[in-house]
Amino acid sequence: MKLTREQAAQVAKLARLDLPEAELSKLATQMDAILAYVDKLNELDTDGIEPMSHAVPMDNAFREDQIKPSIGLERALKNAPAAKDDCFQVPKVIE
Amino acid sequence: MNSIFEPVIGLEVHVQLNTATKIFCGCSTAFGATPNSQTCPVCLGLPGALPVLNRQVVENAITAGLATNCQIAPRSIFARKNYFYPDLPKGYQISQYELPICEHGWLDIETDNGGKRIGITRIHMEEDAGKLLHAEESEGGSSLVDLNRACTPLLEIVSEPDMRSSDEAVAYLKKLHQIVVYLGITDGNMEEGSFRCDANVSVRPHGQEKFGTRAELKNINSFRFVKEAIEYEIDRQIELIEDGGKVVQETRLFNADTGITRSMRGKEEAHDYRYFPDPDLLPLNVDSDWIERVRGELPELPAAKRQRYQEQLGLSDYDAEVLAAERPMAEYFERCTALHDNPKACANWTMGEVQRGLNEQSISIGECPVTPELLTGLIARIDDNTISNKIAKQVFDQIWQTGKSADVIIEEQGLKQVTDTGAIEALVDEVIAANPAQVEQFRAGQEKVLGFFVGQVMKASKGKANPQMVNELLRNKLKG
Repeated sequence: MKLTREQAAQVAKLARLDLPEAELSKLATQMDAILAYVDKLNELDTDGIEPMSHAVPMDNAFREDQIKPSIGLERALKNAPAAKDDCFQVPKVIE
Repeated sequence: MNSIFEPVIGLEVHVQLNTATKIFCGCSTAFGATPNSQTCPVCLGLPGALPVLNRQVVENAITAGLATNCQIAPRSIFARKNYFYPDLPKGYQISQYELPICEHGWLDIETDNGGKRIGITRIHMEEDAGKLLHAEESEGGSSLVDLNRACTPLLEIVSEPDMRSSDEAVAYLKKLHQIVVYLGITDGNMEEGSFRCDANVSVRPHGQEKFGTRAELKNINSFRFVKEAIEYEIDRQIELIEDGGKVVQETRLFNADTGITRSMRGKEEAHDYRYFPDPDLLPLNVDSDWIERVRGELPELPAAKRQRYQEQLGLSDYDAEVLAAERPMAEYFERCTALHDNPKACANWTMGEVQRGLNEQSISIGECPVTPELLTGLIARIDDNTISNKIAKQVFDQIWQTGKSADVIIEEQGLKQVTDTGAIEALVDEVIAANPAQVEQFRAGQEKVLGFFVGQVMKASKGKANPQMVNELLRNKLKG
């Protein structure tokens, strides 16, 4: 295994996933298989080839600095599980 | 200054750009709107919404880079910085990581210990997060999120760890602030968070090359607090080490009320941002034409103005520094010198009466009722001896109040200086005749009595006599 159980647990924690032990082991095995598959790409010789950050050969898509109407308060908050005083309401955050 | 330890300081500054819209969507960035009223699917982080880069943000980043001697990258890309926090709706912040738009810059600073060059590692573009408001305690402890600020454009300007004292850190910060405000790319308001500073502070024994472990200080929103926070932190680290302890790498929050920094443990544990290129945004290419056009449009910066004011206009270093410090003031002064060729008088009046009036009424130079046209109209009348400096101050006050020109006020009130020798001579004779005792004193060698006579003659002329002529005539007549 290339990916340890601890690494899988760390990835789960960073993604805020609370996984039971059995599921974590299963997912660790699956992730390991995925990484092994992708690792095949390392067999290619990529010396002298510039890394790509994007799949399409395009660049510089801009918009001008002109205000467009926002969607409005009501629609902005429509999907919020909880709202209060024109704001999204979330569990208390301690700074 | 500790004799054993040397502080090492690097600063990260976030500058909020004053574009009309957000960095990746067309929502307004205006301050103070109803919470969440300036939002759309992009800045709310709704699934499927795609960001599109605001060209003006790139323009401003290039401007800031050139003004701080950076190299502008021909190609840069945006990256996702992944973390969870309620003010960050997407679960990641769009920033730049491996390929920022500007690198390898510097600024020259001055402190009491002389000049020093501070390196600028990089400048990159990123989006701001939303704002957390805390509900009343009685509300059962929830927090409220306003996403109007989410997606507002920021430049993050990262310095090299080149500073060795809190004074150097403040000098660097002030210089940087002055430049970005001069460039007109931010309002620079520190209290409202348009110019925010994080400080990385560590200490090491003098002579040691390796840096000590650093603490990152957050939440410092004034120049004074920067100094206080850094000094507190330096002392804390030195004391810790001297007591046999070890500095741990952590984020510390500065509390302006108590003047101390405290650990923000807890937020720290998941410091694993897993940056990767944002597939939603195309690579950014900036060609040399674009860079050269921006370079051509850069305003003259304070350091260059200060030098020019001294070399070409003959001002003192102090006057040049004061007048060049803020762009509106510098532009006011330069307009004056363009209208009337007497830079020293323009400088004196701008820094003197104009500044005094602005201070008294707490208004900015842009609101000054005495425009450069009105001010130079007044200075011209002093220079051609129509009025004395003393009368000019009265006239200035009236220009301020009425908006009338100096010529109109002088005419209406008959303030024209008396330069007619005969008229002044008559006054001089009167005063001499009325004060025989003082005449004796003068003739006995008491030169300072001359001042008394000048005062009397000026009073008799209601301030309108030409002082030089009064002086000359008095000297001649008193010698007898």
